Amino acid sequence: MSKSSEGEKQQKAFGWAATDESGTLSPFHFSRRENGDEDVTIKILYCGVCHSDLHSLTNEWGFTSYPVVPGHEIVGVATKVGKNVTKFKAGDRVGVGVMVGSCKTCECCQQDLENYCSQIIFTYNSHNPDGTKNYGGYSDMIVVDQRYVLRFPDNLPLDAGAPLLCAGITVYSPMKYYGMTEAGKHLGVAGLGGLGHVAVKIAKAFGLKVTVISSSPQKESEAINRLGADSFLASSDPAKMKSAIGSMDCIIDTVSAVHPLFPLLSLLKVNGKLVTLGLPNKPLELPVFPLVSGRKLVGGSDFGGMKETQEMLDFCAKHNIAADIELIRIDEINTAMERLARSDVRFRFVIDVANSLSQ
Amino acid sequence: MTRLPEEEHPNKAFGWAARDSSGVLSPFNFSRRATGEKDVAFKVLYCGICHSDLHMVKNEWGSSVYPLVPGHEVVGEVTEVGNKVQNFKVGDRVGVGCMVGSCRSCDSCKDNLENYCPKMVLTYGAKNYDGTITYGGYSDTMVADEHFIVRIPDNLPLDAAAPLLCAGITVYSPLRYYGLDKPGLHIGVVGLGGLGHVAVKFAKAMGSKVTVISTSPNKKKEALENLGVDSFLVSRDQDQLQAANGTLDGIIDTVSAQHPVLPLLGLLKSHGKLVLVGAPEKPLELPAFPLLQGRKLVGGSMIGGMKETQEMIDFAAKHDVKPDIEVIAMDYVNTAMERLVKADVKYRFVIDIGKTLKTTW
Repeated sequence: MSKSSEGEKQQKAFGWAATDESGTLSPFHFSRRENGDEDVTIKILYCGVCHSDLHSLTNEWGFTSYPVVPGHEIVGVATKVGKNVTKFKAGDRVGVGVMVGSCKTCECCQQDLENYCSQIIFTYNSHNPDGTKNYGGYSDMIVVDQRYVLRFPDNLPLDAGAPLLCAGITVYSPMKYYGMTEAGKHLGVAGLGGLGHVAVKIAKAFGLKVTVISSSPQKESEAINRLGADSFLASSDPAKMKSAIGSMDCIIDTVSAVHPLFPLLSLLKVNGKLVTLGLPNKPLELPVFPLVSGRKLVGGSDFGGMKETQEMLDFCAKHNIAADIELIRIDEINTAMERLARSDVRFRFVIDVANSLSQ
Repeated sequence: MTRLPEEEHPNKAFGWAARDSSGVLSPFNFSRRATGEKDVAFKVLYCGICHSDLHMVKNEWGSSVYPLVPGHEVVGEVTEVGNKVQNFKVGDRVGVGCMVGSCRSCDSCKDNLENYCPKMVLTYGAKNYDGTITYGGYSDTMVADEHFIVRIPDNLPLDAAAPLLCAGITVYSPLRYYGLDKPGLHIGVVGLGGLGHVAVKFAKAMGSKVTVISTSPNKKKEALENLGVDSFLVSRDQDQLQAANGTLDGIIDTVSAQHPVLPLLGLLKSHGKLVLVGAPEKPLELPAFPLLQGRKLVGGSMIGGMKETQEMIDFAAKHDVKPDIEVIAMDYVNTAMERLVKADVKYRFVIDIGKTLKTTW
């Protein structure tokens, strides 16, 4: 986080914000800090629409500070870099994900796990140490400390690559942490949305066997034919679920609403791991007997550190992995949010900021 | 046609059994199989009383078959070995824990994780492969396949060794599996009973700093002075818990009653692990935010495989880890069960079978 002195100059910025719990977005003028010595100023080209944006807009989690400009899957071009910036220069294709600051000195920060720093600063709906507020990527530009800026590989499409900055790292990190990068292991992916569909692609690139578990039976053909999943379980089909009992090494659970864990735990082998990535606003129910009798575990994971996020982008570039997106204009965002609430998107909305955001 | 317990097998046996879900135990004549070529038969000298015995005699899990002879912390001296037995001889000090059989061919069995075998046979109250019900260690003799027998090293007293066979392995296994066995870690133990106090001893022997989390403030003095616990948190005191937030690398939770998980997750550092070895009946409430924001996990564990059980016994002998026990006579067992309900024991009852189980024939 670059040192900010009192009365630091601010520059004008423009985006779309929600001003109350209706979550309805509309044009919004605000300001960002001037480019500091450690900073990169970015002209935003695209921004992915994450379900967290929706949770925040409607204050589902209870800590939204309005007005809120969401957006943490940001892709653009560097326009200016501070004098201490070594990794980037003007003209570079860059990305910004879920965070824009951390303490840089704690154990987590020193281990490239800035995402677990207790003083983490999120890209939007957060405050800086100097009291100024942070606004996200549904806007024309952003200023970020170089440590939290990613280099966007040349062969990754800017628009379809944007969702990797949250969805991508959020599923990549636990696959690595829980040892699911060994070819031949069996991964379950629960939920086939923004996170889930990217998880399938990344898992196949690791050489895993992949089963999608979904409450939407109509997604089966896409899962198998387009995304390359090896099999599909409709969670509402008890016979199918029963036939897969004890078959998976790990399950990446991307479902954002409260849902029963017992059926998923049953699908795990002994020593199996259920990684939960969704953030519903109510607790999940954890049946203990399946954990104890099968030495299973339920773990959480929260996007990833900067080093791992860069590694993930490079991995995706190498394996030609990008999200399946529906490109929208900024003025379509409210309709998109309504559709997102109904899971009516294959599989991520991305806002064409540069071509549709005008004052 | 069901045969009487005394007639099922050729060798007479005697023990105490519960006859119904009142859980009251009384003398019981039954029989054990002839010592097979791979079997080890031993005279039982001591048997620990596990809280599972209490759950089972009262049919609290709905699976009990009466008459039920409990006891899965069984130690004694070998009296006979089958002609294919390789590792034991008459006179050896041995023990049997929670299981007496498994399929020996599934992935779990091949990985020395017989405890997770879907066809695992429990030491008591379970159907064995020959169709008969197994009877546990509140009895004069035991016979089991050599594979499920552990050797008790000479420097471990038999009576104190008994609780290791269930309580010991139940806490040792997750300390190893979840990587909570490295020196310099800070481990929490929830519940200071049979399992909890042994977890404290193992964790200290592994070089950890140990904090006990308990609902009983009256256990504090004993914990700090006698067990070598480094700190003690009363779980109903929110301020005490908050002050310790983010300090623990791992927690072994031995409590099987319903209790909130959120404060325990708060005690963990990031990347911390909450391990449950007690199994509450109803699901626990698991809040997502604390789990995700620290990449924490909640895992389970259940006893341990035979290889690890032997390793645990040898570790306990080497590092002088001895459960704290109250030795009782056989005919005190019903009173002991009543006291166990009230957690009135420091910290495990062990029945002196050898000296106080008097046969009626």
